[in-house]
Amino acid sequence: MTTTDIVTVGNRPRLESRPLRKILARPEIGALVAALAVMLFFSVYTSNFMTLSGAGVWLESASTFGIMAVAVALLMIGGEFDLSAGVMTGFTALIVGVLTSHYGLNIWVAVLVSLVAALAVGALNGFLVMRTGLPSFIVTLGTFFVLAGIDLAVTKLITGQVAIQGMTNVPFYDSVQPLFGSSIQIGGGTFYVSVLWWFLATILATWVLLRTRAGNWIFAVGGQLNSSRQVGVPVLKTKVGLFMTTAGAAWLVGMISLFRTSTVQANTGVGQEFIYIICAVVGGCLLTGGFGSAIGAALGALIYGMVFQGITFAQWDTNWLRTFLGAMLLLAVFLNHFVRTRAGGAR
Amino acid sequence: MSATTPAPAVQRSAAPVVEVRDIGKSYGPVNALSGVSTTVNAGEVTCVLGDNGAGKSTFIKILAGVHTPSEGELLLDGEPVRFSSPRAALDAGIATVYQDLAVVPLMPVWRNFFLGSELTRGVGPFRSLDVKEMKRITYTELDNMGIDLRDVDQPIGTLSGGERQCVAIARAVYFGARVLILDEPTAALGVKQSGVVLKYIARSRDRGLGVVFITHNPHHAYPVGDRFLLLNRGTSLGNFEKSEITLGQLTSLMAGGAELDSLAHELEREMGRDSSLVQQLESEAERLPDVVGEAGTRARE
Ligand SMILES: Nc1ncnc2c1ncn2[C@@H]1O[C@H](COP(=O)(O)OP(=O)(O)OP(=O)(O)O)[C@@H](O)[C@H]1O
Ligand SMILES: [Mg+2]
Repeated sequence: MTTTDIVTVGNRPRLESRPLRKILARPEIGALVAALAVMLFFSVYTSNFMTLSGAGVWLESASTFGIMAVAVALLMIGGEFDLSAGVMTGFTALIVGVLTSHYGLNIWVAVLVSLVAALAVGALNGFLVMRTGLPSFIVTLGTFFVLAGIDLAVTKLITGQVAIQGMTNVPFYDSVQPLFGSSIQIGGGTFYVSVLWWFLATILATWVLLRTRAGNWIFAVGGQLNSSRQVGVPVLKTKVGLFMTTAGAAWLVGMISLFRTSTVQANTGVGQEFIYIICAVVGGCLLTGGFGSAIGAALGALIYGMVFQGITFAQWDTNWLRTFLGAMLLLAVFLNHFVRTRAGGAR
Repeated sequence: MSATTPAPAVQRSAAPVVEVRDIGKSYGPVNALSGVSTTVNAGEVTCVLGDNGAGKSTFIKILAGVHTPSEGELLLDGEPVRFSSPRAALDAGIATVYQDLAVVPLMPVWRNFFLGSELTRGVGPFRSLDVKEMKRITYTELDNMGIDLRDVDQPIGTLSGGERQCVAIARAVYFGARVLILDEPTAALGVKQSGVVLKYIARSRDRGLGVVFITHNPHHAYPVGDRFLLLNRGTSLGNFEKSEITLGQLTSLMAGGAELDSLAHELEREMGRDSSLVQQLESEAERLPDVVGEAGTRARE
């Protein structure tokens, strides 16, 4: 915990003396304001952004990032990073693709095998970090590259290609597909089931964080590891559990992308790990751990989805998306820092 | 220093809650502590005094189950015990408030109070925190200790050092500690705040807890202490009942009158007689009563 964090904390009670101030001190408030601003902008600037068909598009876009951002936010509150989270979405989808289309395994079994594999990698990440005491940034950078290599090499070795197609021909494909890739039509808009998963993940994560023992432990291990250990918080279990949760979320997103498109590329998810972190930080997570919110991260992902599709609706060059994201991240961090130092200097 | 052998524990009818006999600990080649004995009785305060590096923290880490002693015996209610972990010591009723207080600054007071021992309600996967009850208990427990917090929802990092110390003590008391170990609770505090913490130490003692109070300040130790264990460079300078020693003697033992003398001589050689520091040291050494031998002999009787 840095001193500036303590200073922030030191200024909170005075901020919280009135209900309005209490709301303003919440971690997700910045993301909420930004989300509303982005929504307003594209609603005015483009004609089809604020229609049901438009909303279906940007909600779908936000959903998969949202699921991951929420899991990554929990992990960051717990004081860790997972750079292998992006590639894991491809890894899990490829496992199902290869096992079913090339080895004829039952698709339900393959989906479960994929989940087990993801959880195992998550647990490995967690144990490596906790046992070696190395920063998770480095450890998961390692697993990231290992998995990225496996994804490409093994897929090529087995299928001779760098993608798996024709999943629709796999027996019982249609029995799994609705769970991850179905959609409904509402007034001309297509709404995918992934949006529902995203909402569920956000609600569940928020409940766990604020209303369960596990949530208390997550804040504690991220806020002050030694203190947590001294008062008997199961530190190892909490941290490993967080890495496994992130891996589990990556599996869910892997399944969603596989069953929505019925194809999977060998490089799926590479590079997206940073977007999850950006969404979490924009949503109010401190890089130092111990502070943040799942709703904030979900809002961060909503901003991402809205900007991504808004740029398309506005017919701008989509390459601007990254520039926007970077600026957004800087703005969020500066805002955090500004509030802290100003609050600290006012004493 | 004359009295390097520890005084035997004072005989009592009931076994002390905790008794240590000739305990020692080495970190590899470093002998951090050896031959230390004392007792902790219910409703009494045992003070552990010593300079930096004297082995105070090492001593309490043995009691708290962080380290296992390399020599000597640890007795709980008269029975020899060996704590394998801090959790084991905690389960035996020995709670430790460390120098860093073991709190998470960004978390609310009530979450810190119950951290690791949260109250829940509901069953199975729907088991959730009993927030209302935990807030209520935190408020009442702190109130019982005389700490009036406006808002138990405020992050504990916003409390003053003394208040934080008191929350940590109240937490240990609430969770059924029989022995409360406090590692330098007054070290970073001003005069007033130290007084408040001393008051809570006395209050915990009055509630029947055995308190182990570590400090390097005899003026803090003497008013609340019933027994004083003095450590110097890992060995015991003696284990005194309050009736056996005065504040002046305690201070002198702590400061090490003889050591001040030799330090003055050493500096004299290097800096010359006229150095103001040397003169200051000499006059300070003179002012200290030479009680080391006297007090040590009395304790051994
Ligand atoms: N983990 C360790 N490994 C090696 N030596 C140690 C270790 N911990 C403490 N020591 C040494 O043991 C001696 C006693 O240390 P200890 O921390 O018990 O002193 P202390 O009385 O608590 O001092 P302070 O007042 O500074 O807190 C010191 O010389 C210290 O360097
Ligand atoms: Mg110490």
